[in-house]
Amino acid sequence: MSAVLQDPQLMEVNPPLVRSEDYHDLTEQISVIVEGDVVKTPLKYWITLAVTASVTGILGLMLAYLVSTGIGVWGNNRPIGWAWDITNFVFWIGIGHAGTLISAILFLFRQKWRTSINRSAEAMTLFAVMCAGIFPLFHTGRPWRAYWLFPIPNTDLNLWQNFRSPLIWDVFAVSTYFTVSLLFWFTGLVPDLATLRDRTASKLKQYIFGALSLGWRGSARHWRNYEKAYLILAAISTPLVLSVHSIVSFDFATSVIPGWHTTIFPPYFVAGAIFSGFACVMTLLLIARWTLNLQNLITMKHLENMNKIILVTGSVVSYAYATEFFIAWYSGNIYERFTFLNRAFGPYWWAAWSMYTCNLLIPQLFWFKSMRNNLWVMFIISITTNIGMWFERFVIIATSLTRDFLPSSWGYFHPTYVDMLTFAGTIGLFLTLFLLFARFLPMIAISEVKGVLAVQKHTFKDEEVVAHDLR
Amino acid sequence: MSSLINIQTPNVTGKKYWRSLNQLADTKEFRDWVHHEFPANATEMLDGNSRRTVLKLMAASFGLAGLAACNRPVEHILPNSAGTEADNYLPGEPFHFATVMSIGGHVTGLLVETHDGRPTKIEGNPDHPHSLGAATAIQQAIVLGMYDPDRSAKVLQSGKESTWPALEAAVQKLSLGDGSGLRFLSGFVSSPTLDSQRTAILKKFPKAKWVEYEALSRDNELAGANMAFGQPLYAHPKWDKAKVVVSLDHDFLNLDAPTPFFTLAFSKRRRVGSEEDLDKMNRLYAVESQFSLTGANADHRMRMKGSDVLQFATDLAAALGAMPGLNVVNNGDKRGKFLAAVVKDLKAAGPEALVVAGPRQPASVNALVALINEKLGSACVTYTKPVIDKSNSGIDALKALAGEMSAGQVSTLVILSGNPVYSAPADLQFPVALSKVATSIHLGAEEDETAAAATWHIPEAHILESWGDEASSEGAASIQQPMIEPMYGGKTPVEIVNWVTTGKFTKSHDIVKNFWLAQFTGDKEQAWRKALHDGVVAASKTVDPIKVTVDTKKLATALGAATKAASTGIEVGFYPSSATWDGRYANNGWLQEAPDPISKLVWGNAAMISPKLARDQKLTDGDIISLTRGNVKMEAAVMVQPGHADDAVSISLGYGREKCGRVGKDVGANANLIRTTDGFYFAQGFTLAATGKRETLATTQERGTGDNQNGRPLAREADVEEYKKSPKSIEEMSEVPEIHSIYPEFTYDKGNQWGMAIDLTSCTGCNACVVACVAENNTPVVGKDQVLRGREMHWIRMDRYYSGDENDPEVVEQPIPCMQCENAPCENVCPVQATSHSPEGLNDMAYNRCVGTRYCANNCPFKVRHFNFLNFHRHEPELVGLVYNPDVSVRMRGVMEKCTYCVQRIEETKIKAKRDGRREIKDGEIKTACQQTCPAEAIVFGNINDPNSRVAKLKKQERNYAMLAELGIKPRTTYLAKLRNPNPELTA
Amino acid sequence: MTLDELKDKIGIGEDKVYAAMGAFDNPDDLVEAGRKIREMGYTKLDAMSPFPVHGIDDAIGVPPSKLGWIVIWFSAMGAATALLLIWYVGAISYRLVIGGKPFFDFSYSIPVTFELTVLFTAFATFLGMWAINGLPRLYHPSFNYSQSHRASDDLFILVVEANDPKFNPQQTAEHLRSVGAGDVEVVEG
Repeated sequence: MSAVLQDPQLMEVNPPLVRSEDYHDLTEQISVIVEGDVVKTPLKYWITLAVTASVTGILGLMLAYLVSTGIGVWGNNRPIGWAWDITNFVFWIGIGHAGTLISAILFLFRQKWRTSINRSAEAMTLFAVMCAGIFPLFHTGRPWRAYWLFPIPNTDLNLWQNFRSPLIWDVFAVSTYFTVSLLFWFTGLVPDLATLRDRTASKLKQYIFGALSLGWRGSARHWRNYEKAYLILAAISTPLVLSVHSIVSFDFATSVIPGWHTTIFPPYFVAGAIFSGFACVMTLLLIARWTLNLQNLITMKHLENMNKIILVTGSVVSYAYATEFFIAWYSGNIYERFTFLNRAFGPYWWAAWSMYTCNLLIPQLFWFKSMRNNLWVMFIISITTNIGMWFERFVIIATSLTRDFLPSSWGYFHPTYVDMLTFAGTIGLFLTLFLLFARFLPMIAISEVKGVLAVQKHTFKDEEVVAHDLR
Repeated sequence: MSSLINIQTPNVTGKKYWRSLNQLADTKEFRDWVHHEFPANATEMLDGNSRRTVLKLMAASFGLAGLAACNRPVEHILPNSAGTEADNYLPGEPFHFATVMSIGGHVTGLLVETHDGRPTKIEGNPDHPHSLGAATAIQQAIVLGMYDPDRSAKVLQSGKESTWPALEAAVQKLSLGDGSGLRFLSGFVSSPTLDSQRTAILKKFPKAKWVEYEALSRDNELAGANMAFGQPLYAHPKWDKAKVVVSLDHDFLNLDAPTPFFTLAFSKRRRVGSEEDLDKMNRLYAVESQFSLTGANADHRMRMKGSDVLQFATDLAAALGAMPGLNVVNNGDKRGKFLAAVVKDLKAAGPEALVVAGPRQPASVNALVALINEKLGSACVTYTKPVIDKSNSGIDALKALAGEMSAGQVSTLVILSGNPVYSAPADLQFPVALSKVATSIHLGAEEDETAAAATWHIPEAHILESWGDEASSEGAASIQQPMIEPMYGGKTPVEIVNWVTTGKFTKSHDIVKNFWLAQFTGDKEQAWRKALHDGVVAASKTVDPIKVTVDTKKLATALGAATKAASTGIEVGFYPSSATWDGRYANNGWLQEAPDPISKLVWGNAAMISPKLARDQKLTDGDIISLTRGNVKMEAAVMVQPGHADDAVSISLGYGREKCGRVGKDVGANANLIRTTDGFYFAQGFTLAATGKRETLATTQERGTGDNQNGRPLAREADVEEYKKSPKSIEEMSEVPEIHSIYPEFTYDKGNQWGMAIDLTSCTGCNACVVACVAENNTPVVGKDQVLRGREMHWIRMDRYYSGDENDPEVVEQPIPCMQCENAPCENVCPVQATSHSPEGLNDMAYNRCVGTRYCANNCPFKVRHFNFLNFHRHEPELVGLVYNPDVSVRMRGVMEKCTYCVQRIEETKIKAKRDGRREIKDGEIKTACQQTCPAEAIVFGNINDPNSRVAKLKKQERNYAMLAELGIKPRTTYLAKLRNPNPELTA
Repeated sequence: MTLDELKDKIGIGEDKVYAAMGAFDNPDDLVEAGRKIREMGYTKLDAMSPFPVHGIDDAIGVPPSKLGWIVIWFSAMGAATALLLIWYVGAISYRLVIGGKPFFDFSYSIPVTFELTVLFTAFATFLGMWAINGLPRLYHPSFNYSQSHRASDDLFILVVEANDPKFNPQQTAEHLRSVGAGDVEVVEG
């Protein structure tokens, strides 16, 4: 069977003869990872988990210190009211975009190769958005009042929210995004949970999976509604994913600060989000592929396709950089001009140039097929891309604030150890959640892969070909 | 003698009185707390919140429970608030009491706002001739000093804690005989009562001596007159009469005038209220070494070492033909041109010409100036005899005293409210001399260097706790009345002098009142009450100016004798500190955090050097250098000051206090270490060497690029002539496109629409408004560490921009409060509506709604929003809390705050208006704190909806502009461009 | 009500027959068999499969899903809720002048309106789907089929329900075998 999944494109050309064992093998291969008692989880897994979990602990400590003492424990100051906090928020939200994109958009475009990666990509989205959510919540001076950001009729002051504020748009966008992604992800999980329920011998697991799978029994009627639901969720997730990062970019685009106040941001941010998101999926898949031996499910074909997307989105981002500079010069606005010169040659030149290197130059390697198929190259580029994208957000946020309109109020930002450890902590949290997911839930959508498999094995009648698979 | 320990205070309300506080002062908790509690109003948040501190705070709070019941003194004091009396006051209704203070002989009348007996805010007394309602930064900040928990609270014997009875015994033991061993050392005596006591004492003890010494005094002024006229006289420049002013190293707009009076008078000819004022505008030439505010406001500035000013003055006199036999050396260089132009201008101005010399300059320069003014026939200066004798005042007198002391001829030395051990010239070895004195009694406000060295130290009452009086150099006398009983049982100079010399303790109230009743005629009691109420004694006739002429021949010889020190090596100049003056205000957080007007330095001083010297010596800001001359040496961090004279170092006195409260201790470097009698104000021949060490200097404005405007039209300026030709030029400095909103705009055309106009022409850049705002709005002091992190909280800040050549830059100062934009960018982005617009056009801030996203601060183009990054009040002793204005809430950690146009004052006035049954508010009825105190009247606030209001009129001027108007934000605060009045001959 | 009465009420219990069920090892056979059975006149048919089998709906006559029609209304409700909320809080409940912008305006309402529309749609879809499917439920007679646990693995099961007018245990089982089903069983409710 592994031979079958090796190359989807190939499978589609000439479906080999199939025995029903193919389905069973597939079930086996994915389920054993979860069932755990069948094969022993590699030790390297537990070591990695231990490390990430302890880093997550540090996050807890840092947040406790922050809340008890005040934002002053960070390096933020006047004029730099936002620094690493919002940088990290945008960074994580960006990463969160690839998941929904893969599961929704690629689904609508019938990209079958998505099936073996969409589950983990969706999970990644959820975890990334969790990490992202931490920052807007804790960057407030009075986190215990953060609930005022939601339209809850409050007796404190009987004041409402200001719907002119992009931050409120953010609140709605991010919470909606998280909720929808969660529903989408869970919907996809249910049939596989049913599979696990039916396989396990342990009473406890039967109860757990039984409850989670909501009594799913694969009835044709159910499948019909299920597919409809999945289609609708995919259909709404697609504009949603685009809206979320557009709205995040409004935080800056709607302001008056030179370097923030620019209309190019929405598309620019979305492209950047996909760029960093795919890079992050890439990193995780490569690790999972290595630690959990999924070479035959996550194939070179998948990886190369993703590299192509990274190349495209990376180029879009680079184009945005160029446009920004052009507009700054073309506008003739002294403040705009200064901001962008200051960005590249001012005190933050190092941040700007690491960003250009990582996002603009390095991904160009992917023009070469050999590079797209080299595991080490793609692993390194996936890392540098995320570094570059973090710097992009930092450059946009910090350098624009350090030197705005009045030279008298110019400043500089020095991060404190709390800034750094908090960010590191979220990375720990992210990896911890992902490792737990990879071990205790089916990382690959069993029923979807089977569906693909079936289509390959099906000998098409001509009219069906037209009707069914448009590609 | 219990009357000494516990002033009789009838128990009126049954609350705890200071009597009990004195007892409290002997409890362990209280002493611990007074010893170790966290600095008054200075917070270093990221450390020190240990359990120990917290416990002590609790102890302190417990110990101070009694203080919550601040109460007025028992003696009859009279509020200035017309028609009311202190006895029948409404709780919550503030009272204003008139009193007076003197700094180095500069006397200013004050008006103190008290809430339920707590002094909270100091304003100038409008009825006082030297205040006219204005007050300087220092004068306003002394109210914080009164609540300083580090103030001297107990009697010390040789630095160790003692008791009143012990002191009592010691005083009784004193045998003064004919006074041969009795010496008094006081600061500048400007109190008629004290002076009368002195006269009496010197009659009673013919051999006794009374020496006056101020680290920063007016002695040279008197000596100069003596040289010129043969008698010591005060010179009184009539700034408002002068059309051309030449200042020879006289920073009369800031450091050399600890009174608002000079700025007030000077700006009368500077302010441009209407077109015709343009022609009346004065012209200021400044000759100086350090870049001072006067230099910054001058139309032309000539930098030269302090020691070269004498030569310049001589040349000036010669050029004017004032001194036969003297001739000018004009070699057509920059200096020569400058001199020629000045001479021409002065001659043209004739009676409207005024030349002044600074207190730093020797008698010879002051004398030459007198000569020059006489030659010019200047009507802008008058001379008066000192109302209080100054014959034994100054460094020579101190030198003699020190001599007697070291020779063991002094058995009893009474030091009245000074700190000579710290401030006396280094070569006098004053500490050593003091150790030779059998009994030295020091009356001081804090346990300072002298308190530790003297055999006895007596806590001194704060100005706001004291009965006393001050007479200005022109003779206008005022009664100093307390608003509150001395918190620590402090005593006043008159009490101590009387006690030591008579052995009987009489309360200063009685002494002062008796003195004045003797002066009054007619209904004495009535006169006394009126004096208290008005803050000036009507009876005290101001001395009439006397007609004097310079004895040219005498002067010539005297000048010949005046040794002109050859200026070799590095010159070091000693300056007052804009924060601590001579060190006496070092423990005041408000002042320590008020940025120096030019260098923007806070929490410390620095050795100011010119860019050239810095390059030659390869020094940058923060490099610590050593200054050595003979056997005196000090180390200080350097700061490069554009426009500073080359080969010269300027350093502020008043820092590096070793025995001081926790705010001022070891802040900055002590310049007194290298200050000697032969180089009291400036001295040549210093060697400057880098030590390789560094110190981080905290400034509130970024050095380097942040110092100039980068070609942005923010603080706009023009020369008067250009402006007359093309008034539109100001507006056109930024092109403001026609802005069409996609929304229907709100029209603010009904009722009161508050707005502000700030005139950059008359604004000198003194910090008065900054401190006024701190006092009025309870903005926290954050400490050096937080300032370094860019978290200072001043709601109004003074932006300073250089322009032109780094050696002779021009400076423009621009006060930045909140602009109260009608289309405020900050409001749009707040997610929780914590900031919104009032119908009267105010950009309101609801602290208790703020969640602290800081988005508004990011989106504020002026960066006037300040975030409470930490709980800046966390370690504040309860005592300091008493200074807060009860009308303004103290903001908690995590919320944003900003200038409100003093909304509490606006509302208060509206309520009053309603009570009086009227709707409209009279123009000028509401004054913001910054406006009220501004000596230059540069800030005008009012209803822009009323075309006849002052602010509306000002905004009609052509030079009125709104910063960043092109953003479409419609700021309510606008600026009137700075107009300079340069001499065409020098600009050409 | 006793347990038996309850069982009677919802038509389950050892005494009841739920359906005749047979298994296939690949989807194509299932679809084929489904069509045949239906041609025999059976109407109450169902199928169980580890993944949605293409063509089975037409084969055994599963009606198209109504989910879309339900969802659309909730989407509209989402949009309305958002607009009403923004209008009410801005223009009615607490009128505050903010940045000189109107108390209510569509321009700044768009993002939130969009997000709420999406949110409502998502919930409607998710909950609606389970509601229509009658899930979650703890028990279903089909679980009594010996092979039902493989329906989530690799078996494709055809179900002829007992309430089908044409249903007759032996005969129907026979028909199932005749269309190639294996492990044919008559399953009790």
